[in-house]
Amino acid sequence: MNNYEHSVYLDVQKCIGCTTCLRHCPTQAIRIKDGHAVINERRCIDCGECIKICPKKAKKAVCNKLQDMDGFKWKIALPAPTLYGQFENMDDVDYILDGLLKIGFDDVFEVSTAAELVSAYTRIYLKRKDIKKPVISSACPVVLRLICLRFPSLTDNIIPMLPPMEIAAMMARDKAKAEHPELSDEDIGVCFISPCPAKASYVKNGFGSYKSRVDKVISISDIYFQLINAMEHTDNIKSLSKSGMIGIGWASSGGEATALFNDAYLAADGIDNVNRVLDQIENDNIPPLEYIELNACTGGCVGGVLTMQNPFIAKAKLQTLRRYLPVSQNFIPKEQEGEVPADYFFSEMPTYYPISRLSASMSESMRMMSEIQTLRKELPGIDCGACGAPTCQAFAEDVVKGNANLSDCTIMYRSQLLEYLSSKDDTSDGK
Amino acid sequence: MSDLLTFHFDVDGDDFTSAGQASVQIKKNLRQLGIAPDTIRRVSIAMYEGEINMVIHAGGGEADVTVSETYIEIVLKDQGPGIANIEQAMQEGFSTAPDAIRSLGFGAGMGLPNMKRYTDYMNIESEVGVGTTITMRVNI
Repeated sequence: MNNYEHSVYLDVQKCIGCTTCLRHCPTQAIRIKDGHAVINERRCIDCGECIKICPKKAKKAVCNKLQDMDGFKWKIALPAPTLYGQFENMDDVDYILDGLLKIGFDDVFEVSTAAELVSAYTRIYLKRKDIKKPVISSACPVVLRLICLRFPSLTDNIIPMLPPMEIAAMMARDKAKAEHPELSDEDIGVCFISPCPAKASYVKNGFGSYKSRVDKVISISDIYFQLINAMEHTDNIKSLSKSGMIGIGWASSGGEATALFNDAYLAADGIDNVNRVLDQIENDNIPPLEYIELNACTGGCVGGVLTMQNPFIAKAKLQTLRRYLPVSQNFIPKEQEGEVPADYFFSEMPTYYPISRLSASMSESMRMMSEIQTLRKELPGIDCGACGAPTCQAFAEDVVKGNANLSDCTIMYRSQLLEYLSSKDDTSDGK
Repeated sequence: MSDLLTFHFDVDGDDFTSAGQASVQIKKNLRQLGIAPDTIRRVSIAMYEGEINMVIHAGGGEADVTVSETYIEIVLKDQGPGIANIEQAMQEGFSTAPDAIRSLGFGAGMGLPNMKRYTDYMNIESEVGVGTTITMRVNI
């Protein structure tokens, strides 16, 4: 956890230290120091909110480039279903998949194909008697990290099933090896075409002890123009797509949950809503539900910061695309209908990371919190951000932890200065 | 007293949607103190139920939380109508909440029983027409 490799970074040259990102960071991971933003890597959940909000475009996502695939003999693209909602006049997914082959991939394997199997196996999983309800989806990596940092009592509710991207990578590798027995594991490169930076972090860091089967992550926005130029709207392209309504539905909020054919679900999107729902689950203040689908981005994955299209327009486009598709095009083999295969599960689920803990010792933590409370009362309480912390409370915590100086509070500094000046006036008058 | 930490919250009786803010805040504080997740959850549920009760029945009130190294104490104090029959109020499913509140999903008669279930000690002092003070403790 301490060595977590993030995918959100700051272009120091562009950052003017304006404090906009400070206020929008849902985990208060950002401070302004020496005139520019600094991201606390232990707190960052890679949600991309700061990338969306930065007026100077100083916050960026680190992803791979298409050239990074050059080292592999057999290159496989794993397009997220969100990609399908990015184009005008799109009535057939095959144009997009064919375009991916034309820009250099040897094969494509749709994440939506794997998503249909994940949905089918989740329906089976939910019938188990030994699981904690409500079951929380494991698909959004931002939500997983948020739960580990802030909702320790809910880690057991996360479904231990691998997200569709991982299942797609596994299936794509198996397919490549079956069709081309001469290929070794190292020859095969699997590249996810991603709507968000969080997937890139997930691939780099794994999850618990699980190592991702995806090799590289390229953003939708990065390959968009190259792909659109390669796409041909002709009748004589190969039929490649094998996804139904369910698989493509995963791109927007509610799609994953409705695929469970079970009305006892909740689907929330947008990081603030996700936080509120998790708080209510922790307080036992929800109706009896089977499944909770949570997406950090507004609208679901279509709201990812690395997409090209407005999330609501992308959702509308996907609806058009889905209209004439069968419900699902992927089914689990008859002999496996009873249970979920072992390779669909994470090897280990992550546990609570107590990052907000003030000190390892309880009595020291209590002493520090008492000091924070006292200091907080002295501060102006207007959360102006000029000190570099998002709120006066956060500033008080920083000061007590030794990460900031009280003189950084400009309001306090000003009143102290005025007091000093007026006292000087008194003495100089000296009468 | 220097080894005790205290937190004070005013629970606003007019605003139903903001009920629960004190329990969200106390969760954050307890995480910072390094309290075990299960203990945090118990405190949070008990406090949340208490907050909701004060909003539904008493037009708001005050919540005071004291943290020591061995226990967390929550005192919820209101100047509401009081509880006529505490024994009856403690029964699961007993509720005097109006229909409008029930239609919001509250008032199922589980508030007080849940508060007792999730805490190690609970005491209710109430006088009709004067108000109610509930003291709960969760051992660490």
